[in-house]
Amino acid sequence: MIEFKPVLLWSDILLFVLLGLTLSGAYASWRSEPMRRQWQRLGRNAAGMAAAMVLSFFIVVGVLDSLHYRARLPAQGDTAPVYGVEVLSVLDALLMPLKTNSEKTYSAPLAMRLFAKEAVEGEVGRDFPRLRYGGAHLGDDEENHGWDVAVQVLGGLGASMAIWLALAWRLRGGGPGRAAVRWSLLLLCLAAGPTIALAAHYHVLGTDKVGQDVLYLALKSIRTGLLIGTLTTLVTLPLAVLLGILAGYAGGWLDDAIQYVYTTLNSIPGVLLIAAAVLMMQVVIDTHPDWFSTAAERADARLLALCFILGMTSWTGLARLLRGETLKLRELDYVQAAQAFGVSRRAIMLRHILPNVSHIVLIALVMDFSSLVLAEAVLSYVGIGVDPTTISFGTMINAARMELAREPMVWWSLVAAFSFMFALVLAANLFADAVRDAFDPRAAQ
Amino acid sequence: MFAYVVRRLIYALPILIGVNLITFALFFVVNTPDDMARLQLGVKRVTPEAIAKWKAERGYDKPLLWNANADGAGKLSETIFYAKSVRMFALDFGRADDGRDIAREIRRRMGPSLAIALPVFVLGLWATVSFALVLVFFRATAFDLAGTVFCVAMMSVSGLFYIIGGQWLLSKVWHLAPISGYGEGIDRVKFLILPVLIGVIGGIGSGTRWYRTLFLEEIGRDYVRTARAKGLSEHVVLFRHVLKNAMIPILTGVVVVIPTLFMGSLLTESFFGIPGLGSYTIEAINAQDFAVVRAMVFIGAALYILGLLLTDLSYTWVDPRVRLE
Repeated sequence: MIEFKPVLLWSDILLFVLLGLTLSGAYASWRSEPMRRQWQRLGRNAAGMAAAMVLSFFIVVGVLDSLHYRARLPAQGDTAPVYGVEVLSVLDALLMPLKTNSEKTYSAPLAMRLFAKEAVEGEVGRDFPRLRYGGAHLGDDEENHGWDVAVQVLGGLGASMAIWLALAWRLRGGGPGRAAVRWSLLLLCLAAGPTIALAAHYHVLGTDKVGQDVLYLALKSIRTGLLIGTLTTLVTLPLAVLLGILAGYAGGWLDDAIQYVYTTLNSIPGVLLIAAAVLMMQVVIDTHPDWFSTAAERADARLLALCFILGMTSWTGLARLLRGETLKLRELDYVQAAQAFGVSRRAIMLRHILPNVSHIVLIALVMDFSSLVLAEAVLSYVGIGVDPTTISFGTMINAARMELAREPMVWWSLVAAFSFMFALVLAANLFADAVRDAFDPRAAQ
Repeated sequence: MFAYVVRRLIYALPILIGVNLITFALFFVVNTPDDMARLQLGVKRVTPEAIAKWKAERGYDKPLLWNANADGAGKLSETIFYAKSVRMFALDFGRADDGRDIAREIRRRMGPSLAIALPVFVLGLWATVSFALVLVFFRATAFDLAGTVFCVAMMSVSGLFYIIGGQWLLSKVWHLAPISGYGEGIDRVKFLILPVLIGVIGGIGSGTRWYRTLFLEEIGRDYVRTARAKGLSEHVVLFRHVLKNAMIPILTGVVVVIPTLFMGSLLTESFFGIPGLGSYTIEAINAQDFAVVRAMVFIGAALYILGLLLTDLSYTWVDPRVRLE
């Protein structure tokens, strides 16, 4: 039994708050009849449901990676319990062998030997040294490498197919949405089964320059991408909804002032505003090292600050949309009637305007997600993204940027980072399209 | 028309002042010049003299807003706000950390930036609009579906991938163009091919999808049905009627970008080693050269506002109903 002390980073708290809000919002809208019909329309969209399955895999990984703890160190006599400095997550615990089985440097996917020649002890000349962990169970029996890989793949496929058949039986019948769920589950099982089977004995996606397992890095990157894509909405949403509706409904000088603020923010090129804000944030964090007790906390603060900055620069578009829509709604009969009955302005905005623009908000938020995930990689590459110690797609690509130019080429880090990111963003884009089709009244006609 | 332009320029002034205030707040109020000095000189073991010297070299050794020690107008002008923010309106950006004049550097680097950004813009617009028209021509067929799926897939690929993959495939494997660098005269063209090609390909996904929705919206209108009813062929309908009427939404998105082309692209320029404004900005960010970043923010905002003005002017050109008063 490993003893541990749970650690709640700020980003974890916010992520769980956001999850709770999303779930309760979904539950509330499920209870209203017209909203439920829109959810059902989403459930019949095959591409959307398949994308939702893939997204939920990413979300599960991200949530597991957000349950943080500090492990208790082996007791030294009977002193008070001492906890390790390193903040780990449940995902780390599940992937512990991948995290700790580091090689010396690059090794190709599924390799048994290092990628570069080195002087080997007890031999004349240079040779490719054996890996410490990759294929270690085979010992000196290297002829059976290919055979062993094939056996592991088949074993993984068999197990995953059995699981899939059981799941598919449970989910049988239903419309095109249900069928899409089954097929996307098959795809996920086919990818996961062999990977899990192989990961026990090999580095499935190879190792990077310092010998870290690339599969582990790619899985850890998911949380960063998800956080950037979702936590940003905690900033955009209140600003855009409040200011957009207020500008549209109140009019007058308030409208002018709000329009002025978002035109000004909008007129600064996004990357430059982010760059300026991140540079300044770095100065604040670097000049106050005493604010953070662990490196994880500092990296976490930087991640949150990045979300905040991205949110501050991206609320303007949604606010403008909402202002325009509110201007239209304000003139409609039911709002006029409410005004004539003497309903207060606040109540009209809350009860009559807000529910009728909520589909715009939902669609805009889902659409933003994928562009934020892509933006993280670019910003981290430019040097104004997440903390260099945070594992993310951007930092992975940044570390591997010169690897294609090597001779012989090292391709697996880049391929892994780009394919995980592609899967996440593609699923998000398809899901966003499905949400738009289901919730946009214009698309419904 | 002239009066309209003048009035719009006057309206732009408060926005530029707002941008200026935001950058001033970000760079001087959130962090004092002392913090910046400490960061650049190294947080530990820095003497007050070194900080004072760093500040004096860059002109940060003045009060922020109000200089009580100066006389007359000097009370306002001998301040950081005046020297670093107000003077930007006169296009006086001061000196970078390496001592070079920023305004001159910007003039020198505009050319290379434009040499990449302009072809990418023109070719990209042509490619996406034509591709979208083809998709609309074959609308509701398997080809349209395949094209749409292709666009979503292209949109989901990171921009970094296009650059890194393109450099690897075209330069390293096929040896078609040099990987990076920049030349003089006609020599320059061979360095431009690869970044322009990659820039165009990278924009196809989202661009095509956007124009396809625009055209599909137009194609449901009554005038299109009339045009078909009088026996016009489908491509005449598309090119002569739909394309022309879709010009307003196209211009809304396109014209505003034109002035900002001068700013160049951060990623493309830094990957391909092109000495333009984009790579200048990236170098400034990495070297934490605050003066350059501040200047680029100001110029970017000014160009964007110019773009908005040009957008409104362009409406009169494509739509005779629009009159600017």
